[in-house]
Amino acid sequence: MAQGQTTAQERKIAAPPINPETQPFFDAAADGRLLYGKCTACGEPHFYPRRHCPYCFSDKVEWQPASGKGTIYTYSVMRRAPVPYCIAYVTLAEGPTMMTNIVDCDLGSVRIGQAVRLVFKPSDGGPPVPMFTPA
Amino acid sequence: MSIRDQAYIVGIYEHPTRMAADKSLMQLHAEVAKGALDDAGLTKNDIDGYFCAAGDTPGLGALSAIDYLGLKLRHIDSTDTGGSSYLLQVGHAAEAIALGKCSIALITLAGRPRAEGMATGTAPRSPGVPMPETPFELPYAPATANMYAMAAMRHMHQYGTTSEQLAWVKVAASHHAQYNPHAMLQDVVTVEDVVNSPMIADPLHRLDCCVISDGGGAIIIAKPEIAKSLKRPLVKIRGAGEAPKHQMGGKIDLTYSGAVWSGPPAFAEAGVVPADIKYASIYDSFTITVIMQIEDLGFCEKGQGGKFVSDGNLIAGVGKLPFNTDGGGLCNNHPSNRGGLTKVLEAVRQLRGEAHPKVQVANCDLALAHGTGGSLGTRHAAATVILERE
Repeated sequence: MAQGQTTAQERKIAAPPINPETQPFFDAAADGRLLYGKCTACGEPHFYPRRHCPYCFSDKVEWQPASGKGTIYTYSVMRRAPVPYCIAYVTLAEGPTMMTNIVDCDLGSVRIGQAVRLVFKPSDGGPPVPMFTPA
Repeated sequence: MSIRDQAYIVGIYEHPTRMAADKSLMQLHAEVAKGALDDAGLTKNDIDGYFCAAGDTPGLGALSAIDYLGLKLRHIDSTDTGGSSYLLQVGHAAEAIALGKCSIALITLAGRPRAEGMATGTAPRSPGVPMPETPFELPYAPATANMYAMAAMRHMHQYGTTSEQLAWVKVAASHHAQYNPHAMLQDVVTVEDVVNSPMIADPLHRLDCCVISDGGGAIIIAKPEIAKSLKRPLVKIRGAGEAPKHQMGGKIDLTYSGAVWSGPPAFAEAGVVPADIKYASIYDSFTITVIMQIEDLGFCEKGQGGKFVSDGNLIAGVGKLPFNTDGGGLCNNHPSNRGGLTKVLEAVRQLRGEAHPKVQVANCDLALAHGTGGSLGTRHAAATVILERE
């Protein structure tokens, strides 16, 4: 399993390409807030956020700030990389599950079901991106 | 309306190369097409339908390939769902033939990722044009291996699947590959060899991953009257199913694949059940892919795939479900990082009785070929084809 610590800063994080639909998400990220989509027609939250509800197809979708609390649904530590890193799916307290990285911890200690909290890490030439660390 | 009994696979060819530094991509497409035509006893000008995946064919859809090959057509389809494309296209070609849109269809696959030095499984791929999910995935460096690894990790957590059980898939493939002189990896390996191989992306070891190879293959499908006029054994398409699966707005469940949706319509159309299948080609991009698809197709109960594949149950002559008797993607080849087409080829060999004698399944009259294209960890399309020897 993993040896030692690794943090997101050691890995160059690719900048997310921003488009008119995703601009508010990354503007909020720059302020340290994680947004998800919530449909006011059917009430369902979703991620990744889009302007049409992927369940009922209503365009009455609101941006909602997430609490930043979540649990690890699954993960994998990539060993064949210049710097090993942990990719994961984290289920937000609000319901949706999102792709992310688990950072600032011993990667060998990461477990499914582990409680995690939101942190932001700088991307390479782009806005900060939401990641998670053990709570 | 059904495709059942409406079309036959009359020609197949697998390129023997595994390293094609001296050939162009389209040259490989042409060579496999020629090989399949020779196998069928047909000529290029007999083809009136062409199917390929946009992703391994350079140009706008199929247009440049059609130009290069010099085809005159009345039906084209370049649907791309990654490695499962060619399994979908067997179904699509049968549909087109059943409707009279074409009479003889050619499907080709070719690729040279090995000659190009691609780190296929471990390097995150940045798309030229961002996809809608790209802003929410690219920063986290999803590669192929770590996405399948996340499916494996969850399967192990939820169902108690072990690394040793995953390893049995590779062990079975290696038992078959020892008889395939073209296979990239011909050495028989043990469970210990697999679990002691270097970790690539937890919990997948190096030997849980398929090979990176060049090569390709082709399939020719024809309407019944033409198939019966040719000299090859008759292999009939009995049923097909296809289904995409995605992240469902964040209701993510990585423990099952689209096979839960592509399998039932294929079995229903064919009028058979999993227990009737004598041989199965199952896309083996990784060992976990096989276990999940076997469960999802109904060969065993959900969550019991690890137990099912253990103790040689996938080895021809030993187990209950002989699979990938050419060595599959885990040992034989994985042209263009796409394993769907070669799955059909070995199923046809088995039905013709032309598999290697050491792995030929006795009285093999009903076979299944199935694949997952895209990624088990994000979005993919599953495709199932059921074939019968007439």
